[in-house]
Amino acid sequence: MKDQTYLDRESNLTPGISKISAKNVNVYYDDVQALKDVSVEIGKNAVTSFIGPSGCGKSTFLRCLNRMNDTIDICKVTGQILLEGEDIYDPKIDPVQLRAKVGMVFQKPNPFPKSVYDNIAYGPKIHGLANTKSDLDEIVEKSLQRAAIWDEVKDRLSSPATGLSGGQQQRICIARAIATSPDILLMDEPCSALDPIATAQVEELIDELRENFCVVIVTHSMQQAARVSQKTAFFHLGSLVEFGDTEKIFTNPNDPRTESYITGRIG
Amino acid sequence: MTETSHTNSLFNVSDKTKNRNAAERRFRIYGILAISIGLLMLLVLASTIILRGTSAFQQTFITLDVDLLESKLDKKGNRNVDDIKKVSTFGYSPILLNAMKKVLEKHEIRTSLKKKALGGIISKSAPSQIRDFVLEDVNRIGQTVEFKFLVNGWIDGYIKGRYSRESVANSKFASAEQFDLIDQLLEVGVVEKKFNFDFIFGADASDQRPEAAGIGVAMVGSFYLMLVVLVLSLPLGVAASIYLEEFAKQNIFTDVIEVTISNLAAVPSIVFGILGLAVFINYMHLPQSTPIVGGLVLTLMTLPTIIISTRASLKSVPPSIRDAALGLGASKMQTVFHHVLPLAAPGILTGTIIGMAQALGESAPLLLIGMIGYVATNMPTTISEGLLSPNSAMPAQIYEWAKRADPAFIERAWGGIIILLIFLLTMNTMAVILRRRFERRW
Repeated sequence: MKDQTYLDRESNLTPGISKISAKNVNVYYDDVQALKDVSVEIGKNAVTSFIGPSGCGKSTFLRCLNRMNDTIDICKVTGQILLEGEDIYDPKIDPVQLRAKVGMVFQKPNPFPKSVYDNIAYGPKIHGLANTKSDLDEIVEKSLQRAAIWDEVKDRLSSPATGLSGGQQQRICIARAIATSPDILLMDEPCSALDPIATAQVEELIDELRENFCVVIVTHSMQQAARVSQKTAFFHLGSLVEFGDTEKIFTNPNDPRTESYITGRIG
Repeated sequence: MTETSHTNSLFNVSDKTKNRNAAERRFRIYGILAISIGLLMLLVLASTIILRGTSAFQQTFITLDVDLLESKLDKKGNRNVDDIKKVSTFGYSPILLNAMKKVLEKHEIRTSLKKKALGGIISKSAPSQIRDFVLEDVNRIGQTVEFKFLVNGWIDGYIKGRYSRESVANSKFASAEQFDLIDQLLEVGVVEKKFNFDFIFGADASDQRPEAAGIGVAMVGSFYLMLVVLVLSLPLGVAASIYLEEFAKQNIFTDVIEVTISNLAAVPSIVFGILGLAVFINYMHLPQSTPIVGGLVLTLMTLPTIIISTRASLKSVPPSIRDAALGLGASKMQTVFHHVLPLAAPGILTGTIIGMAQALGESAPLLLIGMIGYVATNMPTTISEGLLSPNSAMPAQIYEWAKRADPAFIERAWGGIIILLIFLLTMNTMAVILRRRFERRW
């Protein structure tokens, strides 16, 4: 098994560039196939965006990357997804450990109905990242600073996070996700519930996060994909139609379907 | 058709709108009517219960100075406890009669009543009251002690207005002469009506002594029942619901379980009673009439209620909270115990309390396993005795009283209902308060 992993690492990974490589991923909900033969290489220190019309499978694929689909009974995943050369669907892999490494931010801001501090501290606590209270305080402060919300909440760390505005809540969720210091940050339409100002703040934040994290973002808005990402993948009807540099996808796509979508003729 | 052609002004109300508004007004009136009828019923119910039941909390007492004569109670005069114990309550009757005569002489009241009728004014529990007092300390023999005795239920009924001289004309239990005497004794203050703590704290009494019956022991029985139900059904019910709701995969097996639980919740309680009789008593040979068996039976009855309400409150926790925790790398169990359960707690608590309140008011299954009114005469002193010695429960006690012939017991049944209702209202209020309190946290 070790050799296998080693070989996979050699053959599939271009050192220093690929973080996640997916090969022939198929996802079924009962009998319905949601994803067809998706293969993609997601790079380090870059923002990759998944675009496509509703129901095209982009969120499904994102949820495959941290095995959140495991929570859906009827969902079945085949194919191979390698995270730094390790097959994350290997039966020996504990999804709990995987999810500590691959953080996730959801479509709707979903802070725990607890204090701001407890929201951020929860991840580090369950993963034993902090031994002392002061360590934990430091992690909380650092995460909130990186999520560009520290100044807004530093005086109300003990007040409930659910009392903040939508944009603040979403940044709290981002801070919560990065508090466990994951390698990869998955974002499932993180701005769809936010107003334009909050969206701008979150987008700015995503750009900053690129330095330390590999960010994968699913978005409905092509403008957003163009603004924040370096790589873009276009999904249509469960297949990955085109994947490449954002600039190229938006200016000179190879596939006619991509062109139709970005010019607004489909989707 | 004509209307639209006539005018377009908004001030002209069309027939259709008029009909719609009239329909809405009618519906409002129906609603108010329905609520008024409901409130009226509640008012009738509450006032009937209070009117009929409050008299049970008062009882007529007679105060007598009793000479504890050595010549009657300790003929040998050596204060030997064993010898004194040989004197039965029957032997105490003459002392009581003497005391009665003494009080009549003192107040110069004359009566034509014979010995038996004169003694009959006092409750049949009086001799044993004196006997218990003497046996507590035999050196009390020879003293003169003031006692407060209960008055016989019929006489008490006369004072409370239940009987009149005419209504007892042919009765062998009470007579007009007795009532005459009581009126005189009332005047001089020997007989008085007082709040009866023994009704709330005492035990049931035999058919001949309704005045001495109390609901206290049955209340303790109910307490132990609830203890068993809480200890068994809360952890079992919550664990089962968490497993079914959060961990178990959806398949035919869990579907069958779900339907079965829903069906169990609708099973009449008497079925659980007969099941308890067959399984816990006849097969497992647990002691009958005991709160432990009653608690087991009521647990069976309460479990479905708790499971259903717990599952509903687990379901109402937004899935986004579970996603958030799982996405952070929390295990399934951490997710449930750190996030889902605290949010579901108010619902679980409410469901549990309502289930318990249901169990508290249940009498049918208890009758089947022998938890009937008269089985316990003493308060249990230890927890194990409370669980394992025969006892009754409040609703079963009330039923037992309601079916007895003497109207004095019916009065006590109404009084018992007041106490039971107070408990139920307290529990339901607690459920509401707990719910508010927990939900207000964020």
